[in-house]
Amino acid sequence: MDMLAGKVKKTSLNVDSAMNPTDVLERPIRLTARDVTVHYGAKQALHGISIDIPDRAVTAFIGPSGCGKSTFLRCINRMNDTIEGAKVGGTIKLDGEDIYAPALDVVELRARIGMVFQKPNPFPKSIYDNVAYGPRIHGLARNKADLDEIVVSSLRKAGLFEEVKDRLQEPGTGLSGGQQQRLCIARAIAVGPEVILMDEPCSALDPIATAVIEELIDELRENYTIVIVTHSMQQAARVSQRTAFFHLGNLIEQGPTEDIFTNPVNKQTQDYIMGRIG
Amino acid sequence: MNALVVAGVLIVLLGISYQTGWSKSRNLVTADGVKVHSRPQYHGSFTAIWAMIPALVILLLWAWFGGGITHNYTVSQIPQDILVSLDQAGLNGALIRINALASGYGVAGETAPWEQAAGDAVRSFNFLTFAGTLILAVVAGGAGLFYARSQINARLRARNSVERVVNVLLLACSAVAILTTVGIVASLVTEALRFFTFINPIDFFFGTVWAPNNAGGDNHGSYGLLPLLSGTLMITAIAMIVAVPVGLLSAIYLSQYAPKSFRAVAKPLIEILAGIPTIVFGFFALVTVGPFLRDFGNAIGLQISATSALTAGIVMGIMIIPFVSSLSDDIMNQVPRTLRDGAYGLGATQSETIRNVLLPAALPGIVGAFLLAVSRAIGETMIVVLAAGNAPILRGSPFEPVSTITVSIVNQLTGDTDFTGPQSLVGFALGLTLFVVTLCLNIFALYIVRRFREQYE
Amino acid sequence: MATDIQTSPDKSSSERTALIRAGLRRRHLNEQIFRGLGIAAIAIALGFVALLFADVFRKGIPAFVQSNVHLSVTFDAEVIDVGPAPARGDFASDAEYTAASLKWQRDLALLNWNTIVEASLRKAAPEGFEIDSRQIQSIPETNARHQIREMFVRDPSLLGQTVEVDVLASANAANWIKGNINRDLGDAQQQLSPPARQLIDIFVENGTISNGFAWSIFTNVDSRAAPASAGLLGAFVGTLWMMLIVVVLAVPIGVAAAIYLEEFAPKSRLTDLIEVNINNLAAVPSIVFGLLGAAVFINWFHLPISAPLVGGLVLTLMTLPTIIIATRGALMGVSPALRQAALGMGASKTQMVFHHVLPVTFPSILTATILGVAHALGETAPLLLIGMKAFVASVPATPLDQAAALPVQIYLWQGNENRNFFEPRTAAAIMVLLAVMILLNGVAIYLRSRLEKRA
Repeated sequence: MDMLAGKVKKTSLNVDSAMNPTDVLERPIRLTARDVTVHYGAKQALHGISIDIPDRAVTAFIGPSGCGKSTFLRCINRMNDTIEGAKVGGTIKLDGEDIYAPALDVVELRARIGMVFQKPNPFPKSIYDNVAYGPRIHGLARNKADLDEIVVSSLRKAGLFEEVKDRLQEPGTGLSGGQQQRLCIARAIAVGPEVILMDEPCSALDPIATAVIEELIDELRENYTIVIVTHSMQQAARVSQRTAFFHLGNLIEQGPTEDIFTNPVNKQTQDYIMGRIG
Repeated sequence: MNALVVAGVLIVLLGISYQTGWSKSRNLVTADGVKVHSRPQYHGSFTAIWAMIPALVILLLWAWFGGGITHNYTVSQIPQDILVSLDQAGLNGALIRINALASGYGVAGETAPWEQAAGDAVRSFNFLTFAGTLILAVVAGGAGLFYARSQINARLRARNSVERVVNVLLLACSAVAILTTVGIVASLVTEALRFFTFINPIDFFFGTVWAPNNAGGDNHGSYGLLPLLSGTLMITAIAMIVAVPVGLLSAIYLSQYAPKSFRAVAKPLIEILAGIPTIVFGFFALVTVGPFLRDFGNAIGLQISATSALTAGIVMGIMIIPFVSSLSDDIMNQVPRTLRDGAYGLGATQSETIRNVLLPAALPGIVGAFLLAVSRAIGETMIVVLAAGNAPILRGSPFEPVSTITVSIVNQLTGDTDFTGPQSLVGFALGLTLFVVTLCLNIFALYIVRRFREQYE
Repeated sequence: MATDIQTSPDKSSSERTALIRAGLRRRHLNEQIFRGLGIAAIAIALGFVALLFADVFRKGIPAFVQSNVHLSVTFDAEVIDVGPAPARGDFASDAEYTAASLKWQRDLALLNWNTIVEASLRKAAPEGFEIDSRQIQSIPETNARHQIREMFVRDPSLLGQTVEVDVLASANAANWIKGNINRDLGDAQQQLSPPARQLIDIFVENGTISNGFAWSIFTNVDSRAAPASAGLLGAFVGTLWMMLIVVVLAVPIGVAAAIYLEEFAPKSRLTDLIEVNINNLAAVPSIVFGLLGAAVFINWFHLPISAPLVGGLVLTLMTLPTIIIATRGALMGVSPALRQAALGMGASKTQMVFHHVLPVTFPSILTATILGVAHALGETAPLLLIGMKAFVASVPATPLDQAAALPVQIYLWQGNENRNFFEPRTAAAIMVLLAVMILLNGVAIYLRSRLEKRA
């Protein structure tokens, strides 16, 4: 697969190199997946996915619905463990450490790899408690002042603080959809993850809220490694540096985003981008 | 015997009328080629309905008024001079003897000539009226049959008529539920009001002494509700202390932790508890749990009565466990999965997710479920009748015998009293109290649960 | 925004990892504790199920054994001196024959049959065993004399003959034999006199008394005078009558009401009211239905007290909401596709419901009905209020006769003063009740699985 990635890079001939700064893949690799398979009972949902995810960049997974992109995303922080009958094969390494190793603590892993979900899912608690929840359970704050600081800075990073600073004690469910989703991002950031997984974070939002979130993702990439699943190619093009195209449980093609969109190698990728599949 | 004859006649009438309509309808089809609106079985049913309704109306009228007419006739057969000498009891006795003679069973002892004569007269009267009513019913049914038959033609919308009748019947059936409520409210309120003509409502609702004088007479005794209410609440509280943690935790374990195979076995096993009649729990409390608690108390130097609020409360709690657990299970399943995913995604352990996210999210629904359980505990009867000790005294210790509202209803209404004094009527005042309390709890609980469900829909 | 990020007091990632790791042990321990609590709760709930069944069975099984006394009874002509039984041929009319026959039986009833029982007991006792008349008669149940008299009424030719008869040992004797009473208690606390106890032991030794299966529980009616012969037949038939009434009334009315509300009723305030009303009715305490029965059926309509008819009506009203709710649930589950298919073929709404929807839901309705009836079967409290706690020693021939019911019989037996004898018998009655309920539930499950497979 490394070879494939290289090949993709090389075939992107007609992309202006000025428009395409050095491929982010040349940055340190945080996550490497090799031959990842997932079975739900007798049904195989993923067939041997291998991919490298670079540090402090946005990697987008695209593909028609049911292609396995979300399933793969959920493998990265082992959310599939919570689904009865799901079986994951292959290896995924975070900084060279196998995340499916028996000795690894999944609680610790998920603190390092945060997740934002398709539908905003704030807990039925106050805005403050939503953000403070992660630091609290993980014991990240030594005292109340510490916790306040984490909450405020997380809300700031999620670009929500100014909007909610006067009503931190009100329920998080009272916010608008876009605000709720930013609250969920703040909640994920508060734990201080290295990687943030986003599973179609804008699919339940209106265009304006979507634009705000996309802007936010672009800012976050300075400090976090982000993997985003999206069914919107425009979104992938706007926010990501690298894109991987999934189809029917297979990883069809991956490469710098611009290459994938302007000069896909694979016929299926081309069809999808042209709107012929999906 | 008479009932059998009537039933037989009605069945024959039903069969004939249906057959009549059906065959006429068949002939319609063969006679002319016009498209017939309804199928033959609808014409049959149409005719049958027209035949049965008049017949049934006449039979019902007789069932309603016949008793009174026969009674008056029977009284009129008693010679005047004897009639004036009889008091109410004597008259009843005489009527029973006459009816016994009329029915042919005979009576003990010698019969007076007038008794024999009256018996014979009543016998022939009964026969004539019975036969007359039956013939009248058959004639009316026949008339309906012929009218309906004459109506049958290709264009008759028999199906629509039949369906309208079916609809009305269905509506009548669902009205039974309303009638039941009306009946409950009417009977409780009227009888309770009669009770309050004897006892001041303030003395009832706020009285602290429960000591009905069941012997009768002018001194009715005192009817203070508070000792019963305190007993009821104490037992309910104990029951909830047992049922809520056990029920809730087992629901959590079964729905969140247990492997499928374990869940498939354990869930129905726990639900067996819900199917066991309460009298069985009462027996279990009385002969096993009570003595055990008493001995246990002795062992640790605590005076626990074998029949006590504790005994009844614990066993009632056991009874309610499946109720609490299946309702909580149901409620927790309504909490969307994404909420749990949110917590797992932050690195929360399973128990943290359940305690911090799932339970708070499900809390309103679970509270509703608990209120339903409380209402059930308050209204439970047999366990407390057997195991609470029946001591209607206001006291605070759960280790001593108490009494409850339901126990006192059972004690005061033995079934053979004629609801004339406060001794038995108090049962209805207690019942009204019970009904209002449980109704409020239920309405409130169902409202909460419904609001909760809508929240996640 | 960018400055925010730079100035934010982020801990380094390794510092954070250290903090998280420090808490992990405690958190995983909490996880184990919480899981343990769940298992404990299940264990408690299942433990109670097991304990309850084990307790009832342990207490009840001995009651299915009864002690019989084998006697050779001599129908002593000196005691039975009432003349020959009247024969039909000697009388001109049926009425005269009946009168004479009744008189003969009355004369028989006045005889002292105890002397015959006593004589046969003494025959079985060792030669010269000293025991007085009252003491020796405490060994057989008091109905032994009726049993022997009935034998004679049926067959007057027994006069002067000796026949082998099994009679029941008395409740006190049975307690002594089965060890229901502590044998070491002093004479004052024993219900039987010392010679009677001694003789019973001799009888057990020599085979005069032996144990057998207690068919009497199933074939006899309740009895107070002769507790050892008390059985469940009357209560069982009373319960059957009530179940019959519930099935005949509650099922059609309940299903019809559900069909109306789910399929035909216009969405209006009235139907909303009916709906709320039914939901609440389902949660009304059962004893309130008893009050309804006492006031409306007995006090206002003057229906007979203690009759299965009234009990059946009360249980019907109580069961109706359950059946309506379950049937509505089943109807709601029918796919709209089926409905549209039926309507699309030109079926009227009534035809759609009765020809297509109802048959599909039949298994669930049947199951719900059986479960509802099973629940009604075990209900006790409302029956007490309509007079069913009266002692009834007969099998109700019609639903208008006085009757007991199985759960009420349990209530009556648990209150009997002769605890040593009636506690096992109550447990046995509970076993019968539970068996009937388990049977009904089993039938429901079996039928559902069969019908669903076929559908």
